Amino acid sequence: MGNLRGPVPDTAPVAARLEICLWRRAADRMTTAFAILSVVLVLAPLGAIFGYLVYRGIGSVNWAFLTQTPKPPGESGGGMANAIAGSVLILAIGSLMGVPLGIGAGIYLAEFGGNRFGDMVRFVSDVLNGVPSIVIGIVAYALVVLRQKHFSALAGGVALAIMMVPTITRTTEEMLLLVPNSLREAAYALGVPRWRTTLSISLRFTAFGNQYWNWRLDQPTAALPLQIFTYAISPYDDWHRQAWAGALVLIILIVSAVAAVRFVVRRGTLGGVA
Amino acid sequence: MGVGIRVENLNAWYGKTQALHEINLDVQANHATALIGPSGCGKSTFIRCLNRMHETTPEARVEGKVKIGEHDAYDGTSATKLRRRIGMVFQKPNPFPTMSIYENVAAGLKLNGYRDKRHLDGVVEKSLMSSALWEEVKDSIHKKSGASLSGGQQQRLCIARALAVEPEVLLMDEPCSALDPISTGKIEELIFELKAQYTIVIVTHNMQQAARVAEYTGFFLLGRLIEYDKTEKIFTNPSDKRTEDYITGRFG
Ligand SMILES: Nc1ncnc2c1ncn2[C@@H]1O[C@H](COP(=O)(O)OP(=O)(O)OP(=O)(O)O)[C@@H](O)[C@H]1O
Ligand SMILES: [Mg+2]
Repeated sequence: MGNLRGPVPDTAPVAARLEICLWRRAADRMTTAFAILSVVLVLAPLGAIFGYLVYRGIGSVNWAFLTQTPKPPGESGGGMANAIAGSVLILAIGSLMGVPLGIGAGIYLAEFGGNRFGDMVRFVSDVLNGVPSIVIGIVAYALVVLRQKHFSALAGGVALAIMMVPTITRTTEEMLLLVPNSLREAAYALGVPRWRTTLSISLRFTAFGNQYWNWRLDQPTAALPLQIFTYAISPYDDWHRQAWAGALVLIILIVSAVAAVRFVVRRGTLGGVA
Repeated sequence: MGVGIRVENLNAWYGKTQALHEINLDVQANHATALIGPSGCGKSTFIRCLNRMHETTPEARVEGKVKIGEHDAYDGTSATKLRRRIGMVFQKPNPFPTMSIYENVAAGLKLNGYRDKRHLDGVVEKSLMSSALWEEVKDSIHKKSGASLSGGQQQRLCIARALAVEPEVLLMDEPCSALDPISTGKIEELIFELKAQYTIVIVTHNMQQAARVAEYTGFFLLGRLIEYDKTEKIFTNPSDKRTEDYITGRFG
């Protein structure tokens, strides 16, 4: 759009200059309108989903819903506390396994991956990123569930970890590549070994920080998506309402998780000590 | 105390392109030596060979001999050990942006495993004094980040950071080219004082600067050392026609 606004040549006759001006203005308006329309089209479904969830779910989100476990069908009340905790637990297990692995692979790619093997790792990681989650679920089923003979948070975590690794790997790599080379050189010139430079200068510059927690991992664990699904396809009205509430809680959890990560990362990179 | 540097038959390459040809030169201990020459003639490449930073560039290669004091730089021992004896200041100030002033100066020691807080405190203060930055920042060394200083202050911070590991040689690659005249003056004064303790090699495009701070000057052209002599001689009565052309501004 920028150059559409460029100066109109002085040499052109007045009428022609006016025409060029009008045409440019029209083109500018059209492009802007198109961009706005696209944004609306992208955001509309999200807004619609969120609005409808609030509409259907807000009535059933209350303290009991967040703190109690489900009641048998027919009895009213109860909640999804176990499923909420289970989601968090599975996420924690997945992160515990997936984050270190992904960061390690990302460091390798950024600092030592300028060779054929690095390209291969990148390719494999991109392919893994494209594998449908149900296939990864089957892998986790074969690896963990069949061996343990029952479903578990561990199995869910393994599946989640496999899904996380490629994303974390490539994100770490990209963050490290953004670290200016002049900082690495500064450290090398001080006689700091390369591995130390990567850990203490480059990674610190990208401001990674993570904390995990741990609960019992070897038992079948409820998770919000599964609970929502079960409740939604059940024949009970009360469960339907709770499914809506669960979906609302889930989406709020996701939005706040994303916001929290952004906040931490932004504070780490820009704030520091300033 | 500074040590002398002896360079014999030094050749350097980037991939297949040769950037330095047969350099021979002796740097005097506890003196400042200036390197001048037109852009792209290999000055940076040369000083990066002295502390083995050249080999961190992919596909870069060095041949020949560099002796730092009694020690052969390329005798197969570790480059990181060598670099602790040779400080380097870069053209663009490059403090660690997420670290405080204190942490920046202490970085070289801390990252190499020193933990003794009292010792570190002392080193940080002494280094900031040597780089003439202490008075300006002493109240905020923990509060301010390295990136929040002015360009000239950042460069003096980088000098302090280099001095903190107590090197014997200080390499400076156009340390004033991003600075205003006042900051430049401060750094030149500093170089004058630092000579007592360190051997200094400074790359500069500013011939007055070379004349002001350095006892010896080397003139590079197209990857070769054309002339190397007392600064006075180079600027008043050079032996080589090309040196004369360059310092009188006839090319470059
Ligand atoms: N990373 C690199 N890869 C390939 N060639 C390089 C690289 N760095 C420098 N060169 C080449 O080596 C030659 C010498 O470069 P060098 O940076 O040493 O010059 P210089 O004298 O420091 O120049 P300036 O005064 O502009 O800093 C130049 O021809 C340059 O193109
Ligand atoms: Mg240079």
